[in-house]
Amino acid sequence: MTDQAYNFAYLDEQTKRMIRRAILKGLAIPGYQVPFASREMPMPYGWGTGGVQVSAAVLTPEDRLKVIDQGADDTTNAVSIRSFFQRTAGVETTTKTAEASVIQTRHRIPEEPLREGQILVYQVPIPEPLRFLEPRESETRKMHSLEEYGLMHVKLYEDISRHGHIATAYAYPVKVEARYVMDPSPIPKFDNPKLSDNPAIQLFGAGREQRIYALPPWTQVASLDFEDHPFEASKADHPCGLCGATESYLDEVITDDAGGRMFVCSDTDHCDTRQAAGHRGKDAA
Amino acid sequence: MTPLLSVEGLTKRYGAHLGCGDVSFDLYPGEVMGIVGESGSGKSTLLNCMAGHLAPDAGRVVFDTRADGPKDTITMSEPERRMLGRTDWAFVHQHARDGLRMGVSAGGNVGERLMAVGARHYGEIRDQAIDWLGRVEIDATRVDDRPTTFSGGMQQRLQIARNLVTGPRLVFMDEPTGGLDVSVQARLLDLLRGLVRDMGLSAIIVTHDLAVVRLLADRLMVMKSGRVVEAGLTDQVLDDPQHGYTQLLVSSVLQV
Amino acid sequence: MIEIDNITKTFTLHNQGGAVIEVLGSASLSVAPGECVALTGASGAGKSTLMRMIYGNYKTQSGAIRIGGTDIVTAEPREIIRLRREVLGYVSQFLRVVPRVPTLDVVAEPLRLLLTPQSEAEARARDLLARLNIPEQLWPLSPTTFSGGEQQRVNIARGFAHAYPAMLLDEPTASLDAANREVVLTLIEEAKARGAAIIGIFHDEAARARVCDREIDVSQFTPARAA
Repeated sequence: MTDQAYNFAYLDEQTKRMIRRAILKGLAIPGYQVPFASREMPMPYGWGTGGVQVSAAVLTPEDRLKVIDQGADDTTNAVSIRSFFQRTAGVETTTKTAEASVIQTRHRIPEEPLREGQILVYQVPIPEPLRFLEPRESETRKMHSLEEYGLMHVKLYEDISRHGHIATAYAYPVKVEARYVMDPSPIPKFDNPKLSDNPAIQLFGAGREQRIYALPPWTQVASLDFEDHPFEASKADHPCGLCGATESYLDEVITDDAGGRMFVCSDTDHCDTRQAAGHRGKDAA
Repeated sequence: MTPLLSVEGLTKRYGAHLGCGDVSFDLYPGEVMGIVGESGSGKSTLLNCMAGHLAPDAGRVVFDTRADGPKDTITMSEPERRMLGRTDWAFVHQHARDGLRMGVSAGGNVGERLMAVGARHYGEIRDQAIDWLGRVEIDATRVDDRPTTFSGGMQQRLQIARNLVTGPRLVFMDEPTGGLDVSVQARLLDLLRGLVRDMGLSAIIVTHDLAVVRLLADRLMVMKSGRVVEAGLTDQVLDDPQHGYTQLLVSSVLQV
Repeated sequence: MIEIDNITKTFTLHNQGGAVIEVLGSASLSVAPGECVALTGASGAGKSTLMRMIYGNYKTQSGAIRIGGTDIVTAEPREIIRLRREVLGYVSQFLRVVPRVPTLDVVAEPLRLLLTPQSEAEARARDLLARLNIPEQLWPLSPTTFSGGEQQRVNIARGFAHAYPAMLLDEPTASLDAANREVVLTLIEEAKARGAAIIGIFHDEAARARVCDREIDVSQFTPARAA
């Protein structure tokens, strides 16, 4: 089979048009979950089928694509999706955040600030933030339409009553433009502030759940909290072991079976760029 | 004096079967009305139609709203009706599991209605929850426990606290003491009486237990086959029933 | 205060072949403030029935029963409830209470319903319970487990907690010892002195003679029974 056997970016043009309509509707109503006719993709659910369809619908031959998985360009999921689009769309790819025009991400927002003209595509497992407490889809839709969001705070209340603080560390619920409560996908809450007032277009695709939602550039996004327990964007209290960065989100890496561990930037591009510029952490070789 | 609730010609059919037919009455502030009748007499259908859980085929349910005075809750917009359901109305289910979130702590259950109307201060929400647990005789140390760890009577009392925390004016109760053993029932009845008196609540209580209405209700409506066959002062209806069905109902109760 | 005008009462037993029992035919009487009237007549003459009709407990077929201007026969349930709360007291022969409610609260409840402050209501309840010789260690307990005589005295204390302008007393001195009987009669005299209109049933003739100003034989209202 040759690569020409595929339409550009795998999906047929009608499907891409259908997805673009859903994206446009999502951009018109920031934070609102737009249903779409999700297609079977040549990868299992949970591997980014929603994000891949959104990327396929927005890619043009001139685009340069970056794919990250938990911040890394070199993990299986990122490598597979990148090569999928190399083959089916023939687009250029990059690991540099600044050089990419479309970035598909699983569970992170890059450290380097995004700019106007870039599109960030999130892979979303469960788009419905209210599902934790209200399993009926008919009811959660009604709650969104009537802005009945008391339940969302019940979840945070439960956190505080059990842990003494809001223990939700990822997929931390947000309110978009003081209207829709939205699940930002399982990004760490460290990334939540970057959702707001971002110059890039942010698109969210949930393949199994058949939902697309979006944040147009410069959208106001507030993380839910209590007056006496305000939102805090937290991270591990260490510098990066490789590049010494103190302001980036860190992964904990176990290095041996004797309790050895190190903290490194989860954003590999960010870390590499800093190391290339001569920054060194305490664990750097 | 304006009735708090004014029901006019309320009718609900299930196909050819009559759920409840042409029910009308006025309920005034502070009044507690009982609705009795055997299973299938239409009392729960009537309650659910009044509380907005079922759409009636005909009739009006006019509630004296705080903001705009008397309004028909059947024809008002759904957001408005749901808002009533979170603020001025309360609904106590027979089975506490239907009225509680079993996966959420007691404090979260009580606090939900507060958060639903905009409370955003954790400490204050929690203090109010603890205060209400005390009022329904649940120890403050249980505030973080889930209702699954509570006894049936405690669950029912928690459901009542969860409903009353926003200071509603009208409470619908569907067999509130059903399924509880006798001593627990007595405690719950006593509690409800005190709350009704101290908060000046109006309530509509559906039950098949005549002892419950005698203790709680000022007024009584007797239903049979979807129709109201007799209505009046509770002790008058029970002690001097006029309708044959009520006479049968009253004489069928085992005397202790 | 209490004016009864030409009232009738029948019971229709729908489940016993629709039998109609006439109990009272055109009864009339009136009681002025400060006056105590005894209902007399043989057992079954309808004394208790008349009393219950006045209280609104039994339905009256025709006529009028006016208490302080409210006609019980045509009043809405809420008007009767308000009347019972504020104007018309009733001491029945049986104590009916919610189980597990302490005796002190049972006695104070009529005042609490009138939104009397708790301390004041409880003070009045303590006073009455003490006068009626209910031992103080019983006050925090529910009266459901008390002896018949104790229950009757709790019932009387409850009935006299609020100073009702009109009162109905059904055998208030029955099953009481001499000392407590004396307390109850004093309570009745005090009520009369403050202007209460009272209708009572007393089998105790000496008591009747002491507190009642008039006697009305209920048999005169009883329709002749068809054989």
